[in-house]
Amino acid sequence: MIYLELFAGFLKVGLFSFGGGYASIPLIRDVVMSYGWLSEDMLTYMIAVSESTPGPIMVNLATYVGITQGGMLGAFVATFAVVLPAFFIIIAIVAFLSRVIENPYVAAVMQGLKSCVTGIILATGVHMVIRNCIISETIAEGSAPGAGAGNFLPVDMRAAVVTLILAGIYYGSRKLSRTAGKRKGLTPIQLIGISAVLGMIVYR
Amino acid sequence: MLLELFFTFMKIGMFTFGGGYAMISVVENACVEDKHWITHDDMMNITVIAESTPGPIAINCATFVGYKKRGLIGAAVATTGMILPSFLIIYLVARFLDSFLEISWIAHAFEGIKLAVGILIIDAGIKMLRQIPARMVPRLILACAFAAMLLIDILALRISSIALLLIAAAVSLVLFTISQNIEREGSQ
Repeated sequence: MIYLELFAGFLKVGLFSFGGGYASIPLIRDVVMSYGWLSEDMLTYMIAVSESTPGPIMVNLATYVGITQGGMLGAFVATFAVVLPAFFIIIAIVAFLSRVIENPYVAAVMQGLKSCVTGIILATGVHMVIRNCIISETIAEGSAPGAGAGNFLPVDMRAAVVTLILAGIYYGSRKLSRTAGKRKGLTPIQLIGISAVLGMIVYR
Repeated sequence: MLLELFFTFMKIGMFTFGGGYAMISVVENACVEDKHWITHDDMMNITVIAESTPGPIAINCATFVGYKKRGLIGAAVATTGMILPSFLIIYLVARFLDSFLEISWIAHAFEGIKLAVGILIIDAGIKMLRQIPARMVPRLILACAFAAMLLIDILALRISSIALLLIAAAVSLVLFTISQNIEREGSQ
């Protein structure tokens, strides 16, 4: 029963995604992959789409997965499930548990969870970059223009170079605007825009 | 009042890109300075609560303000208002994304976007890293979680990251209890 699976899957996401935003991505990836709801590429595309459209990433991804797996009702069930834990936890805290989060034991557990989430999200990002820059065996046969013959690892040079350029632009803009006294460098949406243009040029 | 809650949060939901911390200042503008629904102190409180509870920060804020104003129904109305715009937008995206991706230059653009997403995720991790206190236990948990998750990903093991979270929670609880006991014995 797909609606039940959607509900259970995204309830898990809503319940364990501490920190909000990108911190929920490893968990969503977990759930979406284990049910086989999206391919790895499609999930990555949807992360970019969620970042470039209004609303929390978690909610956007839940809605999207829900639609693809169970239509309008699926979207409704998945979105409802991902929001439900946050909704009731906030109400419980405001209504009668306001002192719970000040409890030192609870605070210690929260600190542990935050450290763990940080490690998990860093690993997810690093793995994603590595995966992007290595030619998977299926495409590696013959049609790998960037793969150097001397390399023992099939590195996709094009992807690696574009990744380096993007990282350079992103962190460079931040450094430049800091020395210029302005507040911030490029926003994530601007980086996504630049990467889209680069993709169109490089992969033509 | 309920309608006002609904439309205020619908507006916030429509114009906050990326979610997360970007929207805290938007909520503050709308609910503290503009409508005087909650105080600045309330806003500080909800930020702390939102940080240490699961779920999107935007949802946490909407639920909090709605509940303060009109109880359970207010919370439901504000949260629904917050979600509705992105729900509809993603619904449209989902209907057209597949046919969009068949257009070759859009597919190429997404090849590039894929690379940017990796950078954005690492960057989100680095930002969180800066907020972790420079003490041994948090850093050790972080390093172990990083190594374990990377191993799980690379070897494609079927272990959920929830398992890592539960282990981290248990370890930090045990370590904290031990350190409390040591302190207590030391002071006796």
